[in-house]
This record gives sequence, C-alpha cells and structure tokens, in this order.
Amino acid sequence: MSQHVIPQRIYILVFVTLLLLTLVTVDVAFYDAGWLNIYIALTIATCKALLVILFFMHVRYSPRLTWVFVGAGFFWLMILFVFTLGDYLTRGGITGLGF
Amino acid sequence: MSEHSPALAHQFDDPEQQFEASTLGMWAFLVTEIMFFGGLFLGYAIYRSLYSEAFAEASRLLDYKLGAINTAVLICSSLTMVLAVRAAQLGHRKPLIIFLVLTIVLGSVFLGNKVVEYTHKFEHHLVPGPTFGPEPPLAHPQQAQLFFGFYFAMTGLHALHMIIGIGILTVLVVLAWRGRFSSEYFSPVDITGLYWHFVDVVWIFLFPLLYLIGRS
Repeated sequence: MSQHVIPQRIYILVFVTLLLLTLVTVDVAFYDAGWLNIYIALTIATCKALLVILFFMHVRYSPRLTWVFVGAGFFWLMILFVFTLGDYLTRGGITGLGF
Repeated sequence: MSEHSPALAHQFDDPEQQFEASTLGMWAFLVTEIMFFGGLFLGYAIYRSLYSEAFAEASRLLDYKLGAINTAVLICSSLTMVLAVRAAQLGHRKPLIIFLVLTIVLGSVFLGNKVVEYTHKFEHHLVPGPTFGPEPPLAHPQQAQLFFGFYFAMTGLHALHMIIGIGILTVLVVLAWRGRFSSEYFSPVDITGLYWHFVDVVWIFLFPLLYLIGRS
C-alpha cells in the first residue's frame, strides 16, 4: 500500500500548535483592536483549519485530484460569501426588518 | 479472473485505486457539508454585520471558558483519531481499537459539556421564543434572540454531526475487534477520520465567532 504513513511526531507537532493557537485566539479576543478583532480571530481559525486539513486529513499527501475537490469546495463557498456579502454590505445598511 | 485480496472489490485494479476512490468520494460528500454549514455561517455573517452591538452583548452571555475547553477536547479527539488511522495503516489492531475508543470518549466529553451549556441556556431563559428574557435585561432582546437562534442552530447541527460520528466510530470499534481491517484495507477508518476532522474544522470556526466576539 503506497498510502503515506506520517511520522507520529508530525501529528504531535500539529496538535501542540493547534492547542497554542486556541490559547492565542482566546487571549487576543480580550484586546480591543476595534474592527480588526474579527479578522484576527478568523485568520487564526483559518490557520488552524489549514493545519487540520493538510495534516490530519492528509490532503498534503493526497493525489492532485483530491486537491481539486477540496479546492472546488472552498472556491464555491467563496462564491457564496463574496457575492452575497458584496451585495449586503454595499447597500449602506438594511433597515425595515422589523427590529 | 485472477485471484485478489478479499478486501478488493472487483471494479478496482488494485487496493491503492480502491483507497483513492473512497477518499475522493468522501471529499465529494464533505464538499456538500461545507456548503451546508456555509449557508449558516453566511446567515450569521449578515446578521452580525447588521446587529453587531446586540450580537456582541448576547455573545458575552456564553461561557467562553467552557467553549475553549471544548475546543481543546475536540483537538485532542482529532489527535486520537489521526493516530487510530495511523495504527490502521500499519495494521496494528490493538492501538487502533484503543485510539478509536479514546476518540469516542473525548467526543462524549464534548457532548457532555454541550449538555451543561444548553441546560444553562434553558435555565436562564436564553432560548429564543416566548420565554426569552435573561436577567438583567438586554439592550436589544429581539436581536439577541437572533444570535441565540444561530447559536442553537449551528452548535446543534454540529452536535448532531458529533453524535453521528460517535455512532460510526462505535461500529468501527466492533469491526476492528473482529479483525476486519488490515494494512491492505482500512478505508472505513480513513474516511471516518476525514469526517471527524471536518467536524473539528467546523467547530474551529464556530468557537471564535460565537464565543469570542465582543469580549474586548
């Protein structure tokens, strides 16, 4: 079987990094960075997600076709977000929702 | 017809091709899951941008320490899951069973914490609906209900995925116990791992968005 067996220490390293990033994200949430706060939190979350996807989900060691599938998933998610938020956020606020 | 391993289905040339096909199929499913959760995240993003003040106020009513502990528990379970897959790759039956059971235990700890959190929400009238009304009163109770609507929908759907995952893991433990897996054939363990890690990724985004906004 050619499936890549990844050394245990890489998994442990990724695991420790994930725990540290969790501590960091909790810690920075209490510093007032204004509108930057949400972007800092999302950047850290994206880094953690990438670590899980590349190493724990073995995408880094997977065939190109798997990369295409994974990439397509996130590409479509971006279409969903960019087009919808591009509409909502450029209307100068939406009123009349009843609240 | 030449002889082949009993674990190899007829339509595949070799175990490697069979393995890659099952991984790819699982990823196709996970892409639909990305879109499934993506819709909820998008709805959350829109309402958060509209009612950022109310969402921050409502978010502060969540127990971020419990959320952080649960994040750590889930990351630990991802480690045990990946070590279970590794044990399966190497054909080590005993470590495989041990790591699968550890993953189930950690997943259950996560759900147990969730029960504590949900109970707290019910007791403090934080569930959207006619009984909504935490003490002291919130500045924007109706918008806060939207936040808790998203909170319950997103964490509830996530918890449902965890429950399904624990069910699948239990089946894997039984199969591993009966010696159904070998270094030649362990696709069920591998794709369950993909599913479990995906659920972890969803939580990695849910935790800061729900628990940590508006803390500063």
